[in-house]
Amino acid sequence: MTYVAKPKLHHPTLAKNKVGYTRRDYEGKVSTLCAGCGHDSISAALIQAFWELDIQPHRVAKLSGIGCSSKTPDYFLGNSHGFNTVHGRMPSVLTGANLANRELIYLGVSGDGDSASIGLGQFAHVMRRGVNMTYILENNGVYGLTKGQFSATADKGSKAKKGMINADAPVDTVSLALLMGATFVARSFSGDKKQLVPLVKAAIAHEGAAFIDVISPCVAFNNHPGSTKSYDYVREHNEAVNRLDFWPSRDAITVDYSEGGVIDVPQHDGSIIKLRKLDSSYDPSDKINAVSHIARAAEKGEVLTGLLYLAPDAEDLHAHLNTYEAPFNRLGEKELCPGAGMLEKINAAMR
Amino acid sequence: MKRIEALNDFVVKFANVNGSGSASANELFAKSFLRMGIPVSPRNIFPSNIQGLPTWYEVRVTERGWLGRRGGVDLMVAMNPQTWAQDVKEIEPGGYLFYDNTKALPQGRFRDDVHAIGMPLTEICNQTYTDSRERQLFKNIVYVGALASLMDIEPGVIAELIGEQYKGKEKLLKPNLNAFQMGYNYAGEKLKGVLGLKVKRAYGVGDRIFMEGNAAAALGCVYGGATVCAWYPITPSSSLAEAFQRYCSKLRLDPATGKNKFAIVQAEDELASIGIVTGAGWNGARAFTATSGPGISLMSEFIGLAYFAEIPAVIIDVQRGGPSTGMPTRTQQSDVLACAYASHGDTKHVLLFPEDPHECFTMAADCLDLAERLQTPVFLMTDLDIGMNQRLCKPLEWDDSRQYDRGKVMTAEMLEAGKEFGRYLDVDGDGIPFRTYPGTHPTKGAYFTRGTSKNPYAVYSETGPDYQYNMQRLLKKHDFAKTLVPKPVLTPANEPARFGCIYYGSTSPSMTEALEALAARNIFVNALRIRAFPFQDEIFDFCQSHSKIFVVEQNRDAQLRTLLVNEAGINPASLISILHYDGTPITARYITREISESVSALNVRPIKRDKAA
Repeated sequence: MTYVAKPKLHHPTLAKNKVGYTRRDYEGKVSTLCAGCGHDSISAALIQAFWELDIQPHRVAKLSGIGCSSKTPDYFLGNSHGFNTVHGRMPSVLTGANLANRELIYLGVSGDGDSASIGLGQFAHVMRRGVNMTYILENNGVYGLTKGQFSATADKGSKAKKGMINADAPVDTVSLALLMGATFVARSFSGDKKQLVPLVKAAIAHEGAAFIDVISPCVAFNNHPGSTKSYDYVREHNEAVNRLDFWPSRDAITVDYSEGGVIDVPQHDGSIIKLRKLDSSYDPSDKINAVSHIARAAEKGEVLTGLLYLAPDAEDLHAHLNTYEAPFNRLGEKELCPGAGMLEKINAAMR
Repeated sequence: MKRIEALNDFVVKFANVNGSGSASANELFAKSFLRMGIPVSPRNIFPSNIQGLPTWYEVRVTERGWLGRRGGVDLMVAMNPQTWAQDVKEIEPGGYLFYDNTKALPQGRFRDDVHAIGMPLTEICNQTYTDSRERQLFKNIVYVGALASLMDIEPGVIAELIGEQYKGKEKLLKPNLNAFQMGYNYAGEKLKGVLGLKVKRAYGVGDRIFMEGNAAAALGCVYGGATVCAWYPITPSSSLAEAFQRYCSKLRLDPATGKNKFAIVQAEDELASIGIVTGAGWNGARAFTATSGPGISLMSEFIGLAYFAEIPAVIIDVQRGGPSTGMPTRTQQSDVLACAYASHGDTKHVLLFPEDPHECFTMAADCLDLAERLQTPVFLMTDLDIGMNQRLCKPLEWDDSRQYDRGKVMTAEMLEAGKEFGRYLDVDGDGIPFRTYPGTHPTKGAYFTRGTSKNPYAVYSETGPDYQYNMQRLLKKHDFAKTLVPKPVLTPANEPARFGCIYYGSTSPSMTEALEALAARNIFVNALRIRAFPFQDEIFDFCQSHSKIFVVEQNRDAQLRTLLVNEAGINPASLISILHYDGTPITARYITREISESVSALNVRPIKRDKAA
């Protein structure tokens, strides 16, 4: 698909969202990933989510690390600024960018090598700080660009394409994010757009550190029998704890509440997350319960998906730091410089 | 026995135990001279330790205003039994040893050529105080009182300083004043005339201020408009970030809302610190980090990305000796090359070298302008000697008409007006492209930021010509930086001079003093203080016009000399290194001796005054 240029002209009848954009306005360059790559499905889900949320593309900043997944921000939201940073260090760059301008929407895109191997430290600390962002981990358990080495999320006992068996324990990114203080934690599957799109929308609306681990099979190096990150394996072992509907504002709620097991979770920005329980024993507002549930599912070889944790009282880094309302990048000497008169006083105190 | 007699010109060294509360008493002592109009230059020599290890505080009292370390000690205040032998050894012949004689010491512990002044400090404190911590703390104030009496320090000056220190803490004010008076009275009665080091009110201080370089650099960042600071604790830079926090909490609160117009993140490591700074710079906020050598090593990957992706970042490197702990609490200028060439690929960075707190302030603000104008990492190369010691310097200055130079930022209006935007396109011939902040315009000016593989319009490209265009443009930009960075400062000799001397940073006060000492020996040297890299043409011309140039540095490998050879094309045979790197600050005595020896080894007869043109 790499060789076919995308037509620039859009069909005049394409539907527009509330801010006047068609879905195609949320696309980016043509993907250079392998045909069938799970990451491209995630890009498509992101395009869908931003379009449906009526967010102007240029109000989004996309940041990524290094790897196949980290290349994808070039393939969606072509009118957004993007930053392909340092391997494993996207979280710190995103933190700095967020501090500089709190008005934009921050999307972090990373992979399992990027977040769980080289970048495990920054992954943990960005969650601790509660940076307001949507952090998507495109998890395939394998290094693509360097051709097929295991990453730190590969399950113990899973088999590499070349036949090696992984002996190391896997890093479970959702449990880690939960324990480190992320206030929105979900897991999904690139092959399940119905589940993924509402999760992404809810994560974007969430004001705090939102993390989605998306199992995203690597068709080139990790889609064979013996892999626990293949399309077949994930489809067979996917255990969704809930289904999510996302309502952009309180006014728009028109569903009937008659069906059992639906919980409304209002968000700071006025939107509502509606959770439809699939597993009646699962309570996503109970952190301790969530951790043990995830661990138990992993024991059984199940891939637990859905909204795994949502803190009711999330706060973000700007709240913690009590920062000024206007973006820092718009402040000049008038707002920032204490002036010569003050300096005279400071001098006087040092004599 | 010889007896050193000196007025307003001597060195006192305090040998203390870390954590014994001596620091504030010693600072009180140092400041009392300033209040009497006598310049003073104190230095902390401290261990990697919180409590128990030896620590020293050296005070040079100098009416002439020589602010470098002199070397040698005229009066040792020996309060630490652990280091007694080494402390006693350091005293100049005819000098003085002030000690606690509560317990008698064997004669063998003293020196025949040093005057011992004993005072029963422990006994006095034990009699006066019951609490063990008070006994310890007030002992320090008692000896300051005694020294004040012995040296003729005006007691009113110390009372005033104590008053300022404990303003609003009446509970502490009175006991401190009492302790001071107790020491003062004891020495006045029992130790009359034993010390030949005296002070007399003078007028050598003027309007100068007494400040640590780290605090000054932090304040420079406040004035220069830094809003984001990310850092990881590392000696000797930690107090810089802490000072930024302190100043911001007073100077950067929005009066209406009480909200902070700053954000400080103590990151998990230096990789995250520089990552946060890079992200903030990319998004248009002024950001800096403060660190030291090992931090620079960790930051190197990011520094390369910021260089290639052309993102403003300010890195303040408070230099110290090498890795691990121990020597790292001692000063050095040993990160020059690590910073000049930090990272992978072909990289060169802009460095500024402040000489004192005054320049730490000015240059920190300048660095923030330069980083945005040049869209690149800029380093402020200070060191422990400047950073963690209070230094007498010119008052800090700020021009209220000064505007921040935000560099070439393309706005929505410019894009709307149809101005061409190429993120990596050289439009003005200075190598500096325009940038846009994220979120500027719905359809124009967005780009994808990458390290290397891009064309002038930030479109992915792996072609050779695109890469070379970019690399040549970066070189042009680096060259253009010469027109923006602070120029070198020339101190011409009073007589025609064949020799030149190049120095930088904290070497400055000792160099100034050495130049006078050399002139007194009829060795005339033109001196050039380098204040920035890349090197301007003036530096090349200076080297060309002298047959030999001494390059004075506080590192082992003559790092600035290497940079002069590499980057200014100076003939290495003309550069003679004078290197000092034992962890103590370089002294005028050392520079004078080394240059004198070198000059005589070069077999050059000093120019006679009467034969000079």
